[in-house]
Amino acid sequence: MKLKLTTLALGAVMAAGPVMADLVFPSLSYRTGPYAAGGIPFADGYADYFTLLNERDGGIGGVMTKLIECETGYNTEKGVECYESTKGEGALVYQPLSTGITYQLIPKVTADNIPLHTMGYGRTSAANGEVFSNVFNYPANYWNGASGVVNYLLESNGGDLKGKKIALVYHNSAYGKEPIRTLEELSAKHGFELMALPVDHPGQEQKSQWLQIRRERPDFVTMWGWGVMNQVAIQEAANIRFPMENFIGVWWSGAEHDVMSAGDAADGYKALTFHNVGRDFPVFHHIQKYVVDTGKAAGAGDQIGTVLYNRGMYAAMLAAEAAKTAQGIHGTADINAAMMRDGMEALEINEAKMADLGMPNFGPSFNVSCENHGGPGLVGVTQWDASSKTWSLISDFKPTDGDVIGALVAEDSGAYAAENKITPNCN
Amino acid sequence: MPDQFLFATEVFINGLMAGVLYALVALGFVLIYKASGIFNYAQGVMALFAAMTLVGIMNGQVPFSHIINAVFGTEIHHFGWHVPAFLAIILTVGVMVGFAWLVQRLVMRHLVGQEPIILFMATIGLAYFLEGVSDLMWGSEIKKLDVGLPQGGSFWIEDMTAGLGSENFYGFFIDNLDMVATIVAALLVVGLVLFSQYTKQGRAMRAVADDHQAALSVGISLNFIWVLVWSVAGFVALVAGIMWGTKSGVQFSLSLIALKALPVLMLGGFTSIPGAIVGGLIIGVGEKMFEFWIGPLVGGATENWFAYVLALLFLVFRPQGLFGEKIIERV
Repeated sequence: MKLKLTTLALGAVMAAGPVMADLVFPSLSYRTGPYAAGGIPFADGYADYFTLLNERDGGIGGVMTKLIECETGYNTEKGVECYESTKGEGALVYQPLSTGITYQLIPKVTADNIPLHTMGYGRTSAANGEVFSNVFNYPANYWNGASGVVNYLLESNGGDLKGKKIALVYHNSAYGKEPIRTLEELSAKHGFELMALPVDHPGQEQKSQWLQIRRERPDFVTMWGWGVMNQVAIQEAANIRFPMENFIGVWWSGAEHDVMSAGDAADGYKALTFHNVGRDFPVFHHIQKYVVDTGKAAGAGDQIGTVLYNRGMYAAMLAAEAAKTAQGIHGTADINAAMMRDGMEALEINEAKMADLGMPNFGPSFNVSCENHGGPGLVGVTQWDASSKTWSLISDFKPTDGDVIGALVAEDSGAYAAENKITPNCN
Repeated sequence: MPDQFLFATEVFINGLMAGVLYALVALGFVLIYKASGIFNYAQGVMALFAAMTLVGIMNGQVPFSHIINAVFGTEIHHFGWHVPAFLAIILTVGVMVGFAWLVQRLVMRHLVGQEPIILFMATIGLAYFLEGVSDLMWGSEIKKLDVGLPQGGSFWIEDMTAGLGSENFYGFFIDNLDMVATIVAALLVVGLVLFSQYTKQGRAMRAVADDHQAALSVGISLNFIWVLVWSVAGFVALVAGIMWGTKSGVQFSLSLIALKALPVLMLGGFTSIPGAIVGGLIIGVGEKMFEFWIGPLVGGATENWFAYVLALLFLVFRPQGLFGEKIIERV
């Protein structure tokens, strides 16, 4: 009887426990709802890269990867539910693709010692690894984006923005409000006037904002939008004949579907990026061969090379490289979330590694450290060509204003540490 | 004239135009509520479904292609033809009539005599079902909708009015698409009024709206009238979907335009077609003028909540809305 009970208990534990042979990467995706058009290609890129690793390389370090997809609908409560329901599966890292979900998960992942990677979104001051031990936002964050816009405009205006007016059209949410403080600091530093124009969710109606832009005639407009807000803003800018070359969106406002509905009128629109665009990289040939052609693609396979597919694929690659680093540090292929965190903190991305991965010149080189979870914050600019329907990278990945951003990161993370009684340390 | 006055006038005119677009959505709600007492939660999703169907037909897209390909291992996505906008609109109207018949046959017929809250809950279910079906049928990517409607500001109006103010005043900005929407909305309202006043079916619809039991007693088919009403609401949803979809591309967010119609209904009343129009205009002008004068003082983004505050204010003094019928229940 005792033996039977023991066997039953062991069986139950094995059935309930995670499959230790797999490296588990949850994908908190949104394939439904108002933001699905952005969520789908990102989720496809994220999934396809892990499938590629399994099919081509036999996983990471000989261990197969397992993707657990959970639909959040870009809804914060659902995102938290997804986290709670998947963390017990042996999740190595979370990438929720939502600033709202990120804010809710920060205390949870810290308590559970699971890393959270918010690439180009989330809480910017999480770049301070001394305070946010489990949160990473390399290779760039919103404040790098804000500074990237200003640096680009400085460069294209002879280094002087004094007397110029820059309008920020932003999604009236935690995400959209992130760049305001940085832009205010940069406004004081460089002498330009900042005009902030919030747009309420979902952003289908923006007449008031664009009439105001038409009245006040800013020299440049920058946008922190997502979803339908992007398409409407670009159309409204075209309607009032605002010069597209003076309109720069953040990286979440610069995908193909953001500009397509405006047609030729969107020609010349610009957007920031922290990775390259297009499909002319060997890794995509591999994805086509090992994933799409074998019928294992997450989607229809027609998103390869689009901006958000590339970003999802890049996010997966950074997670996979961190897992490899963790395997090296701990001398085991079977890593857990805590080891993954160590791998992320010791991650080194250089051009030789990127070329080996089939992604030459795809993204900037950078190192992560305990002090700096945000990487170097290098930002590039892309531009839309409506005739060929393609984005092109029109600048190098350039550094942003470390002085301004560093001070803001220190201030905000310091306040968070005091509020949550965290002693900053790197031991 | 002082520039500030001209700017305010420009905002006022654009508010009127925006109001017309809100009213287009509200009209669909009114039609169904008036005839059957059902608050159709699915009206916004019907606009999405209609617009997606229109684009799908125009582009020769194979409906449910992902499912077909997954089941049969094929790679078919398009028929290889493009359908002219006018014909596609007619075909889409046909689809919406088919949808109305299915709704009546599969849902509403079984709920006759139920409490209004039950019927309302049924439309919530219908909304989510239709949302999913739209995705499965046509895919969730953003689609460009071009039925030949003009876009962008009217140069003529700009040029004609540019001299009214100082050199800082460019002339009035009036969106061509908004002007078309206004004309279409006016035609739609006239058409609906003529239909309900001068056709046999329209009069039967009004009879059912007044007292469906009395209408039944004189031989009017309730089933037919419900199919008719849902068909007309489907047509109105298609018109709203075309206008909004042209502005932003056809995508899931179109279903959220229903949120813009709610304050219009609260203000104009749930049972009045002119009420939907007047309510739309008041909401459109009110929210735009508030944003113009007060928005900059409070950080902007006032339109969404102010529309509801305005509607609530009207509700306090006239619960049935401006044009709604006063319901007196004797116990």
